[in-house]
Amino acid sequence: MRTALFWVFSAAAVLSALGVIGNVRTPINSALSLVVSMLALAGLYVLLEAQFVGLIQVMVYAGAIVVLFLFVIMLLNLRGSGAIGAETQPIMKAIGALVAGGATLWLVRTLAAGRAPWPDVDDGFGTTRAIGEALYTDYVLSVQVAGVLLLAGIVAAVVLAKKKID
Amino acid sequence: MGDVSGFHFQVVAALIFMIGALGVLVRRNIIVMFMSIELMLNAANLSLVSFSREIGNDQGQIFAFLVMVVAAVEVAVGLAIIISLVRNRDTVNIEDTSQMKW
Amino acid sequence: MTEHANAALRWIPLLPLVAAVLSGVWLVFTRRELPRAAVIGLACGAPIASFAIAVVQVLALATSLPADERFYVDNLYTWISAGDFHAELSFLLDPLSAVMVLVVTGVGSLIHIYAVGYMDDDQREDRGFQRFFAYLNLFTFSMLMLILGDNLLVMFVGWEGVGLCSYLLIGFWFLDDYNAKCGQKAFVVNRIGDFGFLLGIFLLFWSFTSAGLPTVEFREMAANIGLVANQSVELPDWLSFLPGYPRLGLLTLACLCLFIGACGKSAQIPLYVWLPDAMAGPTPVSALIHAATMVTAGVYMICRMSFAFSLAPGAQATVAWTGALTAFFAATIGLAQTDIKRVLAYSTVSQLGYMFLAAGVAAYSSAIFHVMTHAFFKALLFLAAGSVILGMHHEQDITRMGGLRTRMPVTWATFLVGVIAIAGVPPFSGFFSKDEILLAAHEAHGIPGNHLLWLIGLATAGLTAFYMFRLYYLVFTGQSRADHHTQAQIHESTTWVLFPLVVLALLSVIGGFFGLPDAYGELFGVQESNSLHHFLQPVVNAPVHAVDHATEFGLAALTTLVGLAGIALATLLYYWRRDWVAGIVAAIHPLYALVRDKYRIDELYDVLIVRPLGGISRGLLARVIDQGVIDGLGVNGVANSVRSLGDGALKYLQTGFAQSYIFAMLLGGALLVAWLVRGT
Repeated sequence: MRTALFWVFSAAAVLSALGVIGNVRTPINSALSLVVSMLALAGLYVLLEAQFVGLIQVMVYAGAIVVLFLFVIMLLNLRGSGAIGAETQPIMKAIGALVAGGATLWLVRTLAAGRAPWPDVDDGFGTTRAIGEALYTDYVLSVQVAGVLLLAGIVAAVVLAKKKID
Repeated sequence: MGDVSGFHFQVVAALIFMIGALGVLVRRNIIVMFMSIELMLNAANLSLVSFSREIGNDQGQIFAFLVMVVAAVEVAVGLAIIISLVRNRDTVNIEDTSQMKW
Repeated sequence: MTEHANAALRWIPLLPLVAAVLSGVWLVFTRRELPRAAVIGLACGAPIASFAIAVVQVLALATSLPADERFYVDNLYTWISAGDFHAELSFLLDPLSAVMVLVVTGVGSLIHIYAVGYMDDDQREDRGFQRFFAYLNLFTFSMLMLILGDNLLVMFVGWEGVGLCSYLLIGFWFLDDYNAKCGQKAFVVNRIGDFGFLLGIFLLFWSFTSAGLPTVEFREMAANIGLVANQSVELPDWLSFLPGYPRLGLLTLACLCLFIGACGKSAQIPLYVWLPDAMAGPTPVSALIHAATMVTAGVYMICRMSFAFSLAPGAQATVAWTGALTAFFAATIGLAQTDIKRVLAYSTVSQLGYMFLAAGVAAYSSAIFHVMTHAFFKALLFLAAGSVILGMHHEQDITRMGGLRTRMPVTWATFLVGVIAIAGVPPFSGFFSKDEILLAAHEAHGIPGNHLLWLIGLATAGLTAFYMFRLYYLVFTGQSRADHHTQAQIHESTTWVLFPLVVLALLSVIGGFFGLPDAYGELFGVQESNSLHHFLQPVVNAPVHAVDHATEFGLAALTTLVGLAGIALATLLYYWRRDWVAGIVAAIHPLYALVRDKYRIDELYDVLIVRPLGGISRGLLARVIDQGVIDGLGVNGVANSVRSLGDGALKYLQTGFAQSYIFAMLLGGALLVAWLVRGT
């Protein structure tokens, strides 16, 4: 069962990722593909006993970040041109294809590497409680810094994006 | 998990990362480039969480969480920059922003 | 030997230094002069205070310490400490440096006072007064460092310092190009000598270090000189004519190098050429530096290193012969000069030759005695000449002077005293010191050709008397040959100027009695009357000759006769029968012209050395190496290659294209990761 879920989610993630980069009609399509990819990844996280992370993935990434993208696209009223030539770089396509091809070959080559069995984890692994406890005891400094970072980001975004008031 | 091991997850992550990298390099639309960057970040997160499960330590997940925070901030600020860029130049083509060259 | 520490010694050089620094720094920062009284107080107060301290210390030295322990040391701090080698900044007051210190500070103070009167007349530039005294005090400081130094390094600091101050002071009125060039000539020629001095220091240090005692301290070297006395170096074949071939004593070589330094500083052949041109400086400078103090530094150095020279007979012979030849050579040039200061300059070179002759025949105390008396009468002569120059409104050509006896009586009287002293007429000081030297030369059987040396010295004494009295007669007697305008303005100088003249005249008369030879003293029932000689005896290790009195008195009488003959001839030609002079000159015109043009030595040096060096410097070093190689290849070449690298290749990396940058980053990252995971 879990194996099947793995394959489904993985396929969804990879295919929608391709959809993100390969869509030339309009950026909205790319954004929607991105949402699908995020959700598929969230599913993968849950399969990996990381419920908290999966939850946050849906809430923050799919629910906030991509929405932000959509807002901006609509605000600026962006349209794609629909033509591959206008949307992509020829040289980079060539280089990119080469690189991607080489990387895939390398991946395939190392597929024969040994795989270690997973250890057993207790039920509380990856739950909100466990992560929360770790965050607020061992990593509380990081949390605080993250908070400051968010504040800075908010201020920066407001300042950068607002229209000048003359 | 049957015959699915951590390795498979790494492969998936690597694939998504590569797709994201390709998107950054190939696309001319700034917004789509940015979305590709998000894909790369996600791929890294997947790799982290997968290793966290393999080792049995939740540090990887905490790291992934913090990566998400940073990604959120980055998106906010980046999009603000893109907004003001588009307002000034009236284009979303990355090639129109290459003034700082030799 | 127990060492006696004395912390008062450091103030002797430090007070002039403080005065110099204060005056100088004030000028640099405020660009204005202090009030005259302050400048005078600072400038004259410092050397006078040093003199007072010196007198007190020397008296303590002479009276409170037994003869074999007679020295004070003042160690300020350890200057250099490198492994086994230590060099302290410390001062040594022993009989030798005591005599020199008294002369330098005493005569120096008098000259400072004189300079107040002399430079007051200076209308040539403002800010000159304070600057002059700053330099003068700096010089005094350097000279005192030289004299009081306990080791060769401190002495060398002083040595270089006096050279620098000499340059500054000769070219004092630097706005006139000629003066600046004279200063430069002095410095460059001095430098050549300094190179020899340095080589000598290095050789000595090397030989002592290889004998196991790394030191440059005088007392240590003197006590352990036996360690290095036998060291020698291989001579190459082309030097086979030197005595002692195939080996040359290391000590001899070192002493020869030191002597080269002395030649530069004390104007002996072949490095004397700077002294006559140094007369471009103000007269107090000529008196202080080029008569009484700096030029005697070479003599002092050799006496200080007497422990080494005594074991290097080759070097001693060289010193003696160079001194004698220089004395004669310079005296001949002095016969035909017409600038009042030039005559005195060549006279100085000649008298310095006497001092080196004395040092060469190991009569070190006689050399120092002559230093002392020469300081008195030569400073007197220069200062009086300065008074004449002032009175004649900066006229220096003696063919345009005359008849000053009545117009400038004090100057006349003191000048006459000086001239009599230098001519060696008893009982003035010059007689005793010169006579001692000639006696020593006559009796120095260790030096080859010493009788010839004596003869040269005797002849020079005659020449000296002749040309000095020529100078006297031409300047002070007869009718004035100046134009009417100048004649009307001839005046005697101020008290500032005249007071030192009188004091120095007094010293020129009685100064000889410090070194009254024992033989004379016994005539009057005084035992060991040569106080100077006995005072210096423990330091300079001079062998005490037992000369029979007949020889001594006979030679003295002969010297006096020769001197009087010179005076008589001068009186004949320049007082009674001046008209004969023109005829004589015409008869020997080629010889006369050669002597008057100082044997064209300067021109010879110009052709042989200065022009080729200039040509090499300009053509090869400046154009080819500096501009072509260093600038062209090195500096500009590097800059150009960097620029073409950037302009031609590297700038294309800046595409302005975000994606190329991202590609580069990804590529780099991938390579980095691949490297890091290699092997796993």
